[in-house]
Amino acid sequence: MAFREYTIGVRMFGLAFGTSMFITLYMPASDIREVSVTEVGLERQLSFGRVGGFSYEDPLLQGHAKPATIDITEDPKTGAPIEPTRAYVYTAGVPFPNGIRHPVILGAKPEELSVNKGKILAADEAHGAVFIVGTEDIAGETVGYIENATATRGWTPDAAMKVATEETTHYIGKGKIMFVREGCWWCHTLLPEQTQDWQYFGAPPMLGDFNGESPTAFGSDRKAPDLTHVGSRNSSKEWMIMHFFNPRLVQPHSIMPRYDYLWGDNDAAGNPIDYDGWRAEYDKYVANERVYPPEVPVPAKDSEAHALIDFVLNLK
Amino acid sequence: MFKYLFAKEEDIPAGSAAVFFGFSSILWFIVGTGLGSFNAAKLAFPDFVTGIEMLSFGHMRQVHVLAVILGWISMAFAMAMMYITPALGNTKLWSEKLGVWNCLIWNVGLALGLTLLWFGITSGREYSDMIWPIDLAIVFGILLPLAVNVWMTIKTRRTQGIYTTNWFFGAATFMVLIVFTVGNSPEFFQLTGLTEAYLTWWFAHNVLGLWITPVAAAISYYIVPKVTGNPLYSHRIGHLHFWSVVVFYSTPAAHHLMSAPLPEWLKSFASVEGVLILVPAIAFVSNLLLTMSGKWKMFVENVEIKFTITGVLMAIPLNMQGGFQQTRAINWYIHGTGWIVAHAHLALLGFSTFLEAAAVYYGLQTLLRRKLYSLALANFHFWMLLVGFTTYWVSMTIAGLIQGAGKIYEVPYIDVVIAEHPYMIARWVGGTMVFLGNCVWLYNMWMTMRAGTLIPAGRLPHELAYER
Repeated sequence: MAFREYTIGVRMFGLAFGTSMFITLYMPASDIREVSVTEVGLERQLSFGRVGGFSYEDPLLQGHAKPATIDITEDPKTGAPIEPTRAYVYTAGVPFPNGIRHPVILGAKPEELSVNKGKILAADEAHGAVFIVGTEDIAGETVGYIENATATRGWTPDAAMKVATEETTHYIGKGKIMFVREGCWWCHTLLPEQTQDWQYFGAPPMLGDFNGESPTAFGSDRKAPDLTHVGSRNSSKEWMIMHFFNPRLVQPHSIMPRYDYLWGDNDAAGNPIDYDGWRAEYDKYVANERVYPPEVPVPAKDSEAHALIDFVLNLK
Repeated sequence: MFKYLFAKEEDIPAGSAAVFFGFSSILWFIVGTGLGSFNAAKLAFPDFVTGIEMLSFGHMRQVHVLAVILGWISMAFAMAMMYITPALGNTKLWSEKLGVWNCLIWNVGLALGLTLLWFGITSGREYSDMIWPIDLAIVFGILLPLAVNVWMTIKTRRTQGIYTTNWFFGAATFMVLIVFTVGNSPEFFQLTGLTEAYLTWWFAHNVLGLWITPVAAAISYYIVPKVTGNPLYSHRIGHLHFWSVVVFYSTPAAHHLMSAPLPEWLKSFASVEGVLILVPAIAFVSNLLLTMSGKWKMFVENVEIKFTITGVLMAIPLNMQGGFQQTRAINWYIHGTGWIVAHAHLALLGFSTFLEAAAVYYGLQTLLRRKLYSLALANFHFWMLLVGFTTYWVSMTIAGLIQGAGKIYEVPYIDVVIAEHPYMIARWVGGTMVFLGNCVWLYNMWMTMRAGTLIPAGRLPHELAYER
């Protein structure tokens, strides 16, 4: 740096690069910080749990330490019938979503309601908690907030899981891990494109739909339908099971890979799955030597396929 | 390589680090393009190798992308920096030993990071897929040592001024450190939602704009004057290029997320700044093409110039696409389609790969003091790359236009998939050609090291006639 022009140049570089970083980092970040979370955003982060990618609790992305989402019509504490309610059960040790760990990211009004009315600061990861999404009308505007039902209603995680059945328990958080790990988002976007795409794949997300979620996994290279609202377009679990096991069973022209390996060793009845036998029979079906394809095994409750289907069907 | 790790600095032959980086980069190029070819085969024939988790498309796509970016492209950059920076400063590399260590850690770290990705252990963020411990290893074990070596070599130069190439090398090694650290901050600090989404694309854009594009351009600022013997056409246009990269290329990250609910001012700002990318692009291309004046026969006769100028010419369609496809008027049609895939390959496999290949060809000959083993094989490599890439680019561009039309006319998606099928096959054929060409390249460079004609002291490789 012996020359004066290089001293000037380095300062100019610092100024130019610093200004650029200010405009592209500080200004958008402070703008996005002002955004209040929507009810969709609350439901997403409560059902996904803290992180959808690599984390301390789940370094190998097996779907460990994730909440269960349950639909209940019975108060877990009193047993009295209640309006159909979706609750998010965090058993002891499952990390809370970011909106609870850092309520500031919920935005001003939802933060205030969640802290004061929803008592989220009373929740403790070591003991677990049950959360629900509450709403409050403030000056004609409906504001969603997180309610810590363990503190406000006395619902414990154990009691909540007892009133839920197998059909009404969804492993959406584990399913999101599968979605990320298996690279579904390399082909299926979670963000409809502009204009006409909205008519085909549904409404675009709103500004506050993602507060607290990580990763957002929007996807960029779309080789397959957008999945933002797939659960509203197709709610058939049977179709999903066939499609994930071998997409060509329901859509002969599909280029989606088979995800049969997510079924694991045993099916829902506990019987071992004979993959080689299935494939041999399927090849016969493709060769027109069978009229119907072989029966697809139903995934076990704790299988990765089950969780992934829960995640996809709940993209509404 | 291993015997130099604990050798005394003065016992390590000058250029060792660059040679190791050169061969490593070719090997990673073969790995990356091989994976690309395999992935493309799966898109064309979905039941090709099926039912194995580790060999499924979703587990291998990101391995292809990062093997090419961090293995081939960035290692070729490191190779170029390790021989061009000292050459332009009329000095030696500041620390050959640091360079050798850097190369070892880079290879080991990248192999580890890619293996984790292969197992599906990912952050779930495109381009910054690596998990945060690996990100930190990349910053402190790979990029920082490289940057220190470059900066100190520039500082200890024995020339008065600093040549254009070294401005870019010095600045880009600094900027990529910032980009890598800030771009991965959502993982370090648990940032969520739109901030996370925006920073994902802030990283993806800036690693292209502040690392790959300027360093690739800087390499050609060296190769073209060096091989043709012409001085750079204009130092001042070089200034324009440099400063417009810093000011304009660092700002339009949000144009990758035009359909996301980001603040509108940010998207409009990014879109306008995105068009201004044409300023550095035009400065760069015109400067290099004018430097060629009177030496255009070398475009045909000389391998390094053939690669470099092809890369420079590809910067024209690349930046015309890049400048305008992100405006709202065009983006709504082609966003998320194969068009973008074609564009990304035009940047990485077209523009920048051809510039880096020239640097590796030239650097290995200079450092090993060996004339290239076979001109015929080099030409074969060139045409395999060019025809393979063009096949890929044309087919994916058409596929993207079909997807765009399907999108706006609300065609059932499966009909788009069916219509794309022939182009998926063409993409696989093109990618496979690139892969095969690279295998031949490795053989050619290996034989150059073993059996190339020795270059006498004081002569440059391109001054010698080929013996085969």
